[in-house]
Amino acid sequence: MAQIDLRKKLSILADAAKYDASCASSGTSKRDSVGGKGVGSTEGMGICHAYTPDGRCVSLLKILLTNFCIYDCVYCINRASSNVPRARFSVDEVVELTLNFYKRNYIEGLFLSSGIIRSGDYTMEQLVLVARKLRTEHDFRGYIHLKLIPEADPRLVEEAGLYADRLSANIELPRDEALARLAPQKSVAVIKKAMSQVRLGVEAAKPGKRDRVKPPKFAPAGQSTQLIIGADGAPDTEIIDRSASLYGGYGLRRVYYSAFSPIPDSSSALPVSKPPLMREHRLYQADWLMRFYGFAPKEIGEATTDGMLDLAIDPKLAWALNRREQFPVDVNTASREMLLRVPGLGVKSVDRMVSVRRYRTLRLEDVARLCRGIDKVRPFIVTLDWTPGGLTDAVDLGARIAPDPAPVQLSLF
Amino acid sequence: MRVAILEGETDFDGWRKAARAFRQAGIRPEEATFRVGEGEGGLFDQSLPDGAAGTAPFSVCRTFVELAQEVILHRSGDRFDLMYRLLWRLGEEADLMRIVSDRDVADAMERAKNVSRASHKMKAFVRFRQVHDDRGEAWVAWFEPSHRVLEKTAPFFQRRFTNMRWSILTPDGSAFWDGEALQFGAPATRDMAPAEDEIEEFWKTYYASTFNPARLKTKTMQGEMPKRYWKNLPEAALIPELVAQSAVRTETMVAAPAPEPNARLAKTLSRINRDAAFDEGFVPSNLEELGQAVQACRRCPLWRDATQGVCGAGPKKARLMIVGEQPGDQEDLAGRPFVGPAGKVLDAALEEARIDRDDVFVTNAVKHFKHEPRGKRRLHRTPATSEVRACRWWLDAERRLVKPKVIVTLGGTAALAVLGRPVAVTKERGEPIGLADGARALLTVHPSYLLRIPEEAAKAAERERFVADLKRVRTLL
Repeated sequence: MAQIDLRKKLSILADAAKYDASCASSGTSKRDSVGGKGVGSTEGMGICHAYTPDGRCVSLLKILLTNFCIYDCVYCINRASSNVPRARFSVDEVVELTLNFYKRNYIEGLFLSSGIIRSGDYTMEQLVLVARKLRTEHDFRGYIHLKLIPEADPRLVEEAGLYADRLSANIELPRDEALARLAPQKSVAVIKKAMSQVRLGVEAAKPGKRDRVKPPKFAPAGQSTQLIIGADGAPDTEIIDRSASLYGGYGLRRVYYSAFSPIPDSSSALPVSKPPLMREHRLYQADWLMRFYGFAPKEIGEATTDGMLDLAIDPKLAWALNRREQFPVDVNTASREMLLRVPGLGVKSVDRMVSVRRYRTLRLEDVARLCRGIDKVRPFIVTLDWTPGGLTDAVDLGARIAPDPAPVQLSLF
Repeated sequence: MRVAILEGETDFDGWRKAARAFRQAGIRPEEATFRVGEGEGGLFDQSLPDGAAGTAPFSVCRTFVELAQEVILHRSGDRFDLMYRLLWRLGEEADLMRIVSDRDVADAMERAKNVSRASHKMKAFVRFRQVHDDRGEAWVAWFEPSHRVLEKTAPFFQRRFTNMRWSILTPDGSAFWDGEALQFGAPATRDMAPAEDEIEEFWKTYYASTFNPARLKTKTMQGEMPKRYWKNLPEAALIPELVAQSAVRTETMVAAPAPEPNARLAKTLSRINRDAAFDEGFVPSNLEELGQAVQACRRCPLWRDATQGVCGAGPKKARLMIVGEQPGDQEDLAGRPFVGPAGKVLDAALEEARIDRDDVFVTNAVKHFKHEPRGKRRLHRTPATSEVRACRWWLDAERRLVKPKVIVTLGGTAALAVLGRPVAVTKERGEPIGLADGARALLTVHPSYLLRIPEEAAKAAERERFVADLKRVRTLL
């Protein structure tokens, strides 16, 4: 085959990798390059070095080692039966590209994935080889996210955990039956087993109180996964339940939701239309409610229609409108848990209110200063100088709070 | 009006000294102002009395000092006055800094947030270009921070690029790192930085390729990457074209006819699917086959949220089989029965009863872990009778293959699965019960029950009874 130049390869293999939503570079161990011979640091907070016009952050060099693939997952741009152009990086090319980008401060590190070539083991070996070279030969201390090839030998997963900050295996389809139908060579059971191994590895790497020698590091930024939204007919409630099950079972840091997006040369087995971006957004909000606001999946499900979240209003507001008997709450006396359920109040706002009210009785203007917008909050709270009266139970409350239908977005240029 | 002259826009020490003197002299915020100027530092238009003449020395909380250090980097003109007003009010209101809803405190915090954001954006948007000099390669960036965060942020680059020689040039000043010391210099201009770098073409290629035209969200992009930064970001030059083409590119993808599926591939795949399916008529001829087949079991819905089916472990033929309830969190991950906390209790009790676990076939009534997710944990749930019944198919297969003489059931679920009827374990405990296949069952409690007894004395007594039950088993073998 004719040799294609490096830029062309980069173009093909970045294009092939972009349907994986994860680009996080946060939550790993703190380190820098002082005393080392290479470059790199991670300081807890992730950094987004650029944003593309799709609103997504560019934090890592997100590429595939190759987009040749022996699998034929219908939803995937790289499936065996797709006619997209193919390319393959050498291990050294990826290492060089990562370092060149990093030194210019374009990226936080590398997110490397790959199509399956030859076998799961061979593919995983190649991914690990890149990470090992970066870490051991170049003393690279930036962020590395490696995709797990679930079928690969557990020993390779173990080695990957030594070099990578984060590991991930994607479930992709919320419905197991759909995965069997649309990605017949993949197995949910195998993916879950790989996730189990990562969870056990992460737990084993946590130093115990009595350990004299720290156990070796293992994926300090944990693991994540991705669910594609809108490809398999699963309603939101099913997706939320699936997420809850994954968070609980494998200690995931994140579940990413990716609206199924048209791809070049797509299969006839899937809907080809605009990606359901608002639905994706609502699912992220629901995910946040579960992780930071104390909502159980069932409670989020209460305010859905046929299992689908309301696209016009956020899931917390939807829940509150359904449960008006719980409101209004007095911001000066209510528990933190209850304040977290007030529409329009975020975790930070609530924590600030709880702290301020020890010194001062909150008025409406105080609350307004501590949250992003008081209009949404007002019907649900009581302050020293405000009580919503009949507003909380007004029949048209939803319409009063919900913004007008989104204006058609004007083109930037 | 009293005026304090500061040495520079970020002269925190100068401000601190002047503000301290003002407050000690009892000068109200309305009467004090701060100006950055030429002239001699610390010069006031009206001479100030020394601290001795004013009120006693005072101290302020660290929160205030840290906040002031941030706010002073803000580009607003009245930032010094705002911080002096806060300092003044702290005299009367000791808790003021905690009242984040206060107008002045909220204002100061908002400015600190802007400064912190500007610093974060500097970490993100500085772009180094490579140059070569007599000492080899070096790196230079031109950057225009939205607030005066150069000195605050430079140490970040020192930690990250310790082994590179670099300079960051800004209109406020410059930072230099030579591998040993971080130094700051005079304001710079754009033409002092290199105009290009060959890797930038690769970066732009990457930026364009990683963009998905089907999900245009320019507002989000601009919120996070404000336009004021664009002129120094090489990739930003591509944005207009990427946006302009996105609609056409998406429509082309949507309109393009789907390719014909590859017939040979489809055939292979349907075979894979068929092989993996679970067949009711299947009879496992050994434990290994059984362990594989249970992974495809759909006899009840428990497989869905579990990682894997966990079959029994132990010798192919065993005189003793111990049946528990279901795999727990750890067993579900490891794929082996009784490796979690309850397993440890069982192991210790077996040892005390002088039964070698290696001689025992250990399994569960239900093969998948029934649970309820609760945040980052999974809470055990007791399997329903219907699930126990559905799973008996697998337990019976294990019994057929292992052919135990004695079966010890741990807890009610296991007793139900082995005896096929609801059982009150406490009533029928300890007396062997004959089974249809000639084996004998002995009922006892589940070791996780022992773990749940809060009171130590009762726990020890129950544990002793449990060990006694196991000792009884030895006489039946």
